[in-house]
Amino acid sequence: MSRVLVGVKRVVDYAVKVRVKPDKTGVVTEGVKHSMNPFDEIAVEEAIKLKEKKIASEIIAVSVGPTQSQEVIRTALAMGADRGVHVEVSGKDYDLLQPIHVSKILAKLALDEKADLIIVGKQAIDDDSNQTAQMTAAVLDWPQGTFCNKVEKTDAGLNITREIDGGLETIKTKIPAVLSADLRLNTPRYATLPNIMKAKKKPLKKVTPKDLGVDTTPRIEVVSVEEPPVRQAGALVPDVDALVGKLKEGGHI
Amino acid sequence: MIRLIRSYKFLRLRKTSVQYFSARTNMDLKDIKSDTKSSQLKNSSSFMMNIFRGKMLSAEVFPYPDVLVADEKELILSLVDPFEKFFTEINSASRNDENSSIDGTVLNKLWELGAFGIQVPEKYGGLGLGNTQYGRLCEILGANDLSVGITLGAHQSIGFKGILLFGTQQQKEKYLSKLTTEKVYAAFALTEPSSGSDAGSIRTRAVKSDDGNYFILNGSKIWISNGGVADVMTVFAQTEQVDLATGEKKDRVTAFIVERSFGGVTNGPPEKKMGIKASNTTEVYFDNVKVPIDNVLGGEGNGFKVAMTILNNGRFGMGATLAGTMKFCIQKAVEHANNRVQFGKKIKEYGCIQEKISQMNILQYATESMAYTISQNMDKGSKEYHLEAAISKIFASESAWYVCDEAIQILGGMGYMKEAELERVLRDLRIFRIFEGTNDILRLFVALTGIQYAASNLKFLQRAFKNPANNFGIVSTEISRRVSTSIGLGTIDFNPHIAPELQNYGKKAANCIELFGKSVERLLVRYGKNIINEQYILKRLSNAAIDIYSMVVTLSRASRAIKLNLPTAQHELNMTKVLCIQASNRCMDNLRNTSAESELEMIDVMEEIAREVCNKGGVNTTHVITN
Ligand SMILES: Cc1cc2nc3c(=O)[nH]c(=O)nc-3n(C[C@H](O)[C@H](O)[C@H](O)COP(=O)(O)OP(=O)(O)OC[C@H]3O[C@@H](n4cnc5c(N)ncnc54)[C@H](O)[C@@H]3O)c2cc1C
Repeated sequence: MSRVLVGVKRVVDYAVKVRVKPDKTGVVTEGVKHSMNPFDEIAVEEAIKLKEKKIASEIIAVSVGPTQSQEVIRTALAMGADRGVHVEVSGKDYDLLQPIHVSKILAKLALDEKADLIIVGKQAIDDDSNQTAQMTAAVLDWPQGTFCNKVEKTDAGLNITREIDGGLETIKTKIPAVLSADLRLNTPRYATLPNIMKAKKKPLKKVTPKDLGVDTTPRIEVVSVEEPPVRQAGALVPDVDALVGKLKEGGHI
Repeated sequence: MIRLIRSYKFLRLRKTSVQYFSARTNMDLKDIKSDTKSSQLKNSSSFMMNIFRGKMLSAEVFPYPDVLVADEKELILSLVDPFEKFFTEINSASRNDENSSIDGTVLNKLWELGAFGIQVPEKYGGLGLGNTQYGRLCEILGANDLSVGITLGAHQSIGFKGILLFGTQQQKEKYLSKLTTEKVYAAFALTEPSSGSDAGSIRTRAVKSDDGNYFILNGSKIWISNGGVADVMTVFAQTEQVDLATGEKKDRVTAFIVERSFGGVTNGPPEKKMGIKASNTTEVYFDNVKVPIDNVLGGEGNGFKVAMTILNNGRFGMGATLAGTMKFCIQKAVEHANNRVQFGKKIKEYGCIQEKISQMNILQYATESMAYTISQNMDKGSKEYHLEAAISKIFASESAWYVCDEAIQILGGMGYMKEAELERVLRDLRIFRIFEGTNDILRLFVALTGIQYAASNLKFLQRAFKNPANNFGIVSTEISRRVSTSIGLGTIDFNPHIAPELQNYGKKAANCIELFGKSVERLLVRYGKNIINEQYILKRLSNAAIDIYSMVVTLSRASRAIKLNLPTAQHELNMTKVLCIQASNRCMDNLRNTSAESELEMIDVMEEIAREVCNKGGVNTTHVITN
């Protein structure tokens, strides 16, 4: 195996309390802290581990999004990726960008770059789609290993332990393949300051979906984005009888 | 004219006075002597120096400096998050305080993070950051853990700063990458049992070997940060120097790079301290340590200048650090004020609490504004920031104490609990008023350095007056300047530099600067060289200088905020307005008090009180319950 492609998405930081825009077209992103999607950090870490074990020789970090997406590519480079590709999509196209678009972009890049493995996070914490890995595998007609808990190289390909509802499942795949990283796959490393400095000097290529022959025209329309309903204030009841009474009153029992 | 003749008398005597106070206030004699000779040529570009002549030189303060280019800004912004992450996810300030040490794995992570060589050039493995970028990281240290801050500061802000500033190529090659990437700690060893503020009086001695290849170092140092862990130290010692002109032998301080591996270097146990407990502080002993001649730093006999330059160079970092500490305290206080209900209302609704919150934020704003004015001037290549740096160290350390104390007050009983973390911060930050030049000494330094600069101008003028025909231009400008200021026309105008909304406040600052210049002149005439003994007055003058600097940097920064239409512009404007009212009132009072008869009488009485108490060895009253 030689080349690993990792997808890294810039999302609103997990610690930020998200607010809906007054016009209900989306959430407020301006002036809000952003960082790399946590599952993508895990994907990057896994790629670096493969490189450290000499299984991979080069790691390419790809981000699809506006100019600021380069920040998360730099983070990936600081963690240990070798070079970056920024696929620029902005404005309305980006607001309505869907996994179907991203998977076509990743698939095309994987072929262009002759990648042997694509690793992405299992989902992004902003839109929670959980589709990109699956769709990318379909576009390429490559095997997929989703929700990875453990990835081992074998002579024939990969042994993958997956997180499934009932526990863990082990599968074998050939490569090339598409993987998605689950929470317990690894603990991503910190980017150290000297590595952040070095990352500035690593190559970062900018392309457009058009260059890749992918059409990102929106296919959906956002009708309305709403805040989750505010939880109603609770009330204290003096005893069990009162509780039962109240529940009956509310028609709950 | 009479005034000028009297001042000339003073000026003739001045040389001795310069030498006297330069030793006291840590100034370099050689520089001062050459300054005196070329005083008519040399004009300082420092804003603060010039107010001692009643002049405003705007270049270093207006407009608010903005030195970082886009790339440099982007770089430092990309370092902020990972640096903060270290403190939120790996380090624990309370644990460090509890254990009186930083544990090994945390230190290792700090080394990996690159925190020990922030300003070391990249070719030696450092981050190669400028002062302004360094300041931004200091803020994070200050907001999170001052013990870690001092450990890092003792290492790079003073420990090996001398190698960066004065090191030969060979010294840099030999030490910098070790000190940046190989977990080798550095320390700065100046203070001794009998020599603290009076750093020129150190007794540690280095004697050159007969073959001239090395020095033998003997002596002991106290309270050395990183003293127990450092393998490389910048050590100051007396050395015998021969004056080339006269052949006279004289002791002069020399700086050395001393490795523990030279042998004969030992240290005492870690001191038990009030705060910054996790920072290692020990005595360090030198017993016949053989130091190669190549390890002289900055030239033989230049050690005093080396020491003062290092300290001067690092002071702005304390301002930035403490600006971060104050942010932390403010956040804690505001969290509490927003939630705590008493007498049926959130306490944030009460005037007493609001006044505290405003005041805390005003002080934080001024501290931060000073720190970044200085760091950016340094980045621009300014060499004359010593008054500004000293002022920012004084202002930051006293503001931080006040802000933390008020935060504790807002939290009430909760503020006194360890859990709230403010008690640790209060203990930790207390040291900043003491080390790297006590605030008292720095106040004297500010006043006396400025006065000397003003005096050198008077001397030049005196010469011009001797031959007014040849110097007509100078004399007439000076006369008109004096006349205009003395009848209060005002020659200083802030308006071109500040936002229209701030003009009334700029006027206040301008009035202060004019009165400041006049006060200095009056003091020179009245006391001549004896001004160095008038500490009560020098302190008032210094306080006035500090207030002026705080007004100017905030006026400048708030004007920038307005110009850039920042979302916080109005808030910054408000804080600047309040600060200018407070500072100008205090400043005017202090300036008047440098000569008001009532104040001078009061000072005499205070002198007497202190004398009585010291003679008595304690409180000198008769208890009410006495037979
Ligand atoms: C935790 C800690 C860490 C330190 N780290 C280091 C270090 O890494 N390296 C190092 O070299 N040193 C270090 N020091 C020493 C520190 O710099 C000195 O304590 C400081 O310079 C003051 O000296 P001193 O304690 O001898 O006080 P003194 O100089 O004895 O002063 C005592 C008091 O007298 C006042 N005073 C002194 N002279 C005058 C005067 N002429 N006029 C008016 N007032 C005067 C002072 O302001 C002060 O209030 C450290 C100290 C501490 C506590």
